[in-house]
Amino acid sequence: MNAHSAAQMRTATKQSGKRAGYALLVLGLIVLPFAVDALLGRAWVRIIDVALLFTMLALGLNIVVGYAGLLDLGYVAFFAVGAYAYALLASPQFGIHFPFLILLPCGALIAACFGALLGAPTLKLRGDYLAIVTLGFGEIIRILLNNLNRPFNLTNGPQGITLIDPLQAGAFTLGKSFSIAGISVASVHAYYFVFLLCALLVIAVSLRLEDSRIGRAWIAIREDELAAKAMGINTRNIKLLAFAMGATFGGLSGGLFAAFQGFISPESFTLLDSIMILCMVVVGGMGHVPGVVLGAVLLTALPEALRYAGPLQEQWLGRVYIDPADLRMLLFGLALVLMMLFRPAGLWPSKIRKREWST
Amino acid sequence: MSALLVARNVTKRFGGLEALSAVSISIRSREIYGLIGPNGAGKTTFFNVLTGFYQADAGEFLFAGKPLDASAPHRAAAAGIARTFQNIRLFGNMTALENVMVGRHMRTRCGVLGAVLRTGAMRAEERAVHERSYALLEYVGLAGRSDALAHNLPYGDQRRLEIARALATEPTLLALDEPAAGMNATETAALDQLLQRIRADGTTMLLIEHDVKLVMRLCDRVAVLDYGKKIAEGAPADVQRDPLVIEAYLGGTLA
Ligand SMILES: Nc1ncnc2c1ncn2[C@@H]1O[C@H](COP(=O)(O)OP(=O)(O)O)[C@@H](O)[C@H]1O
Ligand SMILES: [Mg+2]
Repeated sequence: MNAHSAAQMRTATKQSGKRAGYALLVLGLIVLPFAVDALLGRAWVRIIDVALLFTMLALGLNIVVGYAGLLDLGYVAFFAVGAYAYALLASPQFGIHFPFLILLPCGALIAACFGALLGAPTLKLRGDYLAIVTLGFGEIIRILLNNLNRPFNLTNGPQGITLIDPLQAGAFTLGKSFSIAGISVASVHAYYFVFLLCALLVIAVSLRLEDSRIGRAWIAIREDELAAKAMGINTRNIKLLAFAMGATFGGLSGGLFAAFQGFISPESFTLLDSIMILCMVVVGGMGHVPGVVLGAVLLTALPEALRYAGPLQEQWLGRVYIDPADLRMLLFGLALVLMMLFRPAGLWPSKIRKREWST
Repeated sequence: MSALLVARNVTKRFGGLEALSAVSISIRSREIYGLIGPNGAGKTTFFNVLTGFYQADAGEFLFAGKPLDASAPHRAAAAGIARTFQNIRLFGNMTALENVMVGRHMRTRCGVLGAVLRTGAMRAEERAVHERSYALLEYVGLAGRSDALAHNLPYGDQRRLEIARALATEPTLLALDEPAAGMNATETAALDQLLQRIRADGTTMLLIEHDVKLVMRLCDRVAVLDYGKKIAEGAPADVQRDPLVIEAYLGGTLA
């Protein structure tokens, strides 16, 4: 056998190995909700669903913070806009029930407009100033949602909106369990697959944008805005595009959240949520898609896992010494501090950032 | 030979300080035009006004016979003026190749939709960007470092990378702000050759440089700035003998 065909064989095995890996991954992702249901209970399937929503959110914020380097502390506002856009047009609030296939893209689009709206006045700001303005924007949206029930009841104020339509088409709804080919599929399982598809879509879009003319322009602005301008990049437009793209993912995620929960209120969209999403991006690895996904999944699942801390204390120590809610915040804070000390580039940084922090 | 760039009475004030006082110069096509003068004379300020980073308080530029829109850096770049910076400004955490690819931004079109859908046209464009950027790295002698992060490159390489990145925008006029600053003799010699080659390939250059020998060798004509005023202009050898110029250099900080 000559060297050439040997090399061909190697690439062939490598490729088939890769293909097998993908097949395994797909299989794992399909089986996951059922396995989790059987082993840990249905509550955990729900947590995975939420983790997928947060994955989309974190990837959206990653475009603004990770790629373009614009610190946004009000990102949850776009999640809220998407959620309310869906809720208002698919609930008894106004008696309107548009189909989700129209509402989800529309919600994402409306969120994108809000993204540009927020972006426009902040274009000249950087760092701390930008963070404060975006923080204010997030709070304004929340306060508006809280108060737009008078004189005209748009958002139903602090009570929020209930009885939001689940994802449904005709008589078929994801709101209840149904059966396909004799297998009964619960609502949380069905949502899992919808969210998974959306998350994969968001991942693909992120990766393709990163490796494109647009992504390079974002990263160039992050690295040196003046030099980016000198290269003929219209930094105003490219930054607005980052805000709008990030908000699009947030809006999509918000619409899915509203349909999934069936109920939303301004309380779901606080500053703490914005910070949480930012933590997912930073902890995972800013600007690195796999890292951000990891961050989102970890930071959704870990706090949930810590709920068991109460019962475990009782079981092992006889009584509850530290309230689980306090323990969660305590451990969360500790984890962040340790992260910043030992893995400042995130748990799973891109190769380039890893090099950056090691030099 | 026709004038590529004409600056007429360009004035720039910072508060009470007049950094540029009615500076007029005219750069011919395909020449290397030197801009020299003591530190603080206003040379970098002239670049910043020309490339849209600052707005002139008075005066105007004509570029290739038309009024130049230097109201924003990206407009000046689009008109065909590329620049480098006195204190190198690379995209530190991007590779050398990616730095040059950013320079192609202006000359390519791919938007969000194209990037997401990866249509055939967009893939072809991306391939062309890649090839052209790599060719430019070869041109400046950095092909071997294409995957290195910009901020890990040695100083001389960073200077050359900045030039490659500027060339990627396909400029008619390349403005270089002290490209030899901090270079050793070997690096300066290589730079000398590179600039000659760029001129031979048809790009006009405006060069701020303190290395007198390099200016003498490279420049067809030079203008001397002192306290924001043009005090001399002409062939390098003549300007060097100009009493006003000698006075400016001896009276001010020796650059
Ligand atoms: N942004 C600025 N604000 C205030 N003064 C400035 C600014 N930029 C330059 N200057 C002043 O203008 C003068 C010319 O500076 P500069 O153009 O950098 O000189 P050169 O490049 O010839 O050494 C200096 O006195 C400098 O302090
Ligand atoms: Mg200078």
